[in-house]
Amino acid sequence: MDAIILQTLNGLDKGSAYALIALGLTIIFGTLGVVNFAHGALFMLGAFCAVVFNRLLSLSYITIDPTQTDFLGNPLKVETPYVIGWFGPEAGQAIIDWSVPLSILLVIPVMGLLGLAMERGLIRYFYRRPHADQILVTFGLAIVLQEIVKYFFGANPIPTPAPPAMAGGADVGMLLGFPENAIVYPVWRLFYTFFAAVVIAAVFGFLQFTTFGMVVRAGMADRETVQLLGIDINRRFAVMFAIAAIVAGLAGAMYAPINSPNYHMGMDFLVLSFVVVVVGGMGSLPGAVAAGFLLGILEAYASLDAVKQILPSIDQIIIYIVAIVILLTRPRGLMGRKGVMEE
Amino acid sequence: MLGLNRQDTALLIIVAVLTLLAPFILNPFPEGSGLATLNAGYPDLMQRFVIYGIFAIGFNILFGLTGYLSFGHAAFLGVGSYAAVWMFKLIGMQVIPAVLFSMAISAILALGIGYVSLRRSGIYFSILTLAFAQMCYNLAYSVLGNPNSRFNLTNGETGLQLTLDDPRILGVQRTPDGGIPVPNFFGIEMRDSYDLHLGDWVFTFSGGYYFAAAVMLIAFYIAIRIFRSPFGLMLRGVKSNQTRLYYTGINARPYTLAAFVISGTYAGLAGGLLACMDPLAGAERMQWTASGEVVLMTILGGAGTLIGPVLGAGFIKYFENIFSKINDNVLHGWFAFLPDGLEDFMVTLVHPFVGKGWHLTLGILFMLVVIFLPGGLVEGGQRILGLFRRRKAPPPGPDPEHHPKPTPHVAE
Repeated sequence: MDAIILQTLNGLDKGSAYALIALGLTIIFGTLGVVNFAHGALFMLGAFCAVVFNRLLSLSYITIDPTQTDFLGNPLKVETPYVIGWFGPEAGQAIIDWSVPLSILLVIPVMGLLGLAMERGLIRYFYRRPHADQILVTFGLAIVLQEIVKYFFGANPIPTPAPPAMAGGADVGMLLGFPENAIVYPVWRLFYTFFAAVVIAAVFGFLQFTTFGMVVRAGMADRETVQLLGIDINRRFAVMFAIAAIVAGLAGAMYAPINSPNYHMGMDFLVLSFVVVVVGGMGSLPGAVAAGFLLGILEAYASLDAVKQILPSIDQIIIYIVAIVILLTRPRGLMGRKGVMEE
Repeated sequence: MLGLNRQDTALLIIVAVLTLLAPFILNPFPEGSGLATLNAGYPDLMQRFVIYGIFAIGFNILFGLTGYLSFGHAAFLGVGSYAAVWMFKLIGMQVIPAVLFSMAISAILALGIGYVSLRRSGIYFSILTLAFAQMCYNLAYSVLGNPNSRFNLTNGETGLQLTLDDPRILGVQRTPDGGIPVPNFFGIEMRDSYDLHLGDWVFTFSGGYYFAAAVMLIAFYIAIRIFRSPFGLMLRGVKSNQTRLYYTGINARPYTLAAFVISGTYAGLAGGLLACMDPLAGAERMQWTASGEVVLMTILGGAGTLIGPVLGAGFIKYFENIFSKINDNVLHGWFAFLPDGLEDFMVTLVHPFVGKGWHLTLGILFMLVVIFLPGGLVEGGQRILGLFRRRKAPPPGPDPEHHPKPTPHVAE
């Protein structure tokens, strides 16, 4: 039983990453009709925003402390991060420790601008070209983004720690009536699931309860009519692209402590996210989120020891099998709408 | 000749001459000169040119003719390699059965995957093939490759290798001096090579390269025949308007499935040849980035054209092997004629794009091709030729009112 709960939690945090990426992919697909193979790269860029933010905060100035000497007898050079200089030792250190959550401040503007630039500078010219061309150009863009990151940050994963307050484990079992230390789970991963839920709720709320969101939904349903009403829907769709990029970036930044960022992490997630989108139903936002969590949890259950004894290594392929079965039995996916992407 | 029209015969002959003379053409710079880094005439790389050429030709039969973009072709390449290595282990070091077996296995796999994936088209098809390929990769990497289980097909992370204890029932288990025998074609070992010294130049002829080149020429010839056949026309019909085909009462599925199987077989052949040149097979050959690579080759060269994929394959493999060798020392050598400051500046400027950064160059180049030259290098070449020929009357373009002419399949 405790193993099942543990795997459910595992599935939830993996599923939240899938859900966030798939949500962004679906927004782009539902609004612009573009298949974005560079979305994994956006996820990766988000994670590297966290790395950059951490480094920015750790920028230091060097002072010479005459009271101390190093082993050669020279006065000791002390490096003090600027943040500590400005905010005092305690607040400054706290800011550095909390750099990953705080990197949201960097992620939102950077990813938003990048998304806008991508849409206005590149994707815009591909609306009328075949889907194959869209896949290819975004695939090329993904390679370019990856290689740029690799050039600046190297090929090795860069460990990015969670805040110390969230670095340990939480005894989840205690809350559910299990004996002490039966189910201990890292706090940061729990927080990640919570964070994903907040982001997803924010996106849905934005689409559901604002005028802007209403217009966007109308545009997704019937683009031409909305344009006939004199609304510049393309501009709003461009903003949605930026929002999708921000969502991917946030997912990546927050994932940095779980999986140290490296330049190809996006590609690894991208394939699975596509499967998630297809299973959920192309163009369906709730479908993408539901399928993300569903497949995440399914993958986690498949790695239970009891399951593995019957079907060895099933956890490696379960997602693909499920995707193939669903695509063949329910071609539109779990919640796909009629008429979207049907040739 | 050989059932081809004049233009195609000329193309085939040009390709044949170029491949046979490749050891000369690819080594234009004398040994030891500053530009010798750019020489590509060593057997290992030339083999890769022709083998990946086969892979891309096969991919083009599917993507170029039917427009179905498969993102999972590396699976067939990998399976072909595994099949060939197994033949080496069980039967002997003759390459013919190994290559035939890898073609057969990958054809069967392609039949299965194609039967399922071709139920959907467009982006769904791409994602289905991607999912299948990734599944095959995971199967090969961990599920079927557990060294401790009795059913170890792929040997997991280490990759499948030859050992001295393999049965090799029709061949020798070990060479007279106790080593593992080398794949051979009726006695010509794939590793055999002969160096020809002409002045400062060194040209290397290798048995493996000429074997692979011969296979590629056959594959290329078959591809031309497919392109010009009624079957090829039908596949083009699928690309231009599948619905119209359905309305005329033609079920397009068998044709696309046949194209899928053919291109999967080509990929298996390429994989088998890779294993012949170097008898080991690893799962990384099946990763989806490898599928992406063949897509890059085909698009870069020009999808839907005969020669494009071969050009693209050669281009990418050349860059992969040559660009990645250029380091700062070589750059300094090249820019030595510039004044000092400018030299350093040029080296800094070029540095991110060569050596380890060649992928960046490839990505940028690929994007530029997709954006500005959807027809790839071939279209680029045609445009340049067109600039010179502008004076003459423009060639008759495709007729907008063109309707598919009835083919023998449907005429009666």
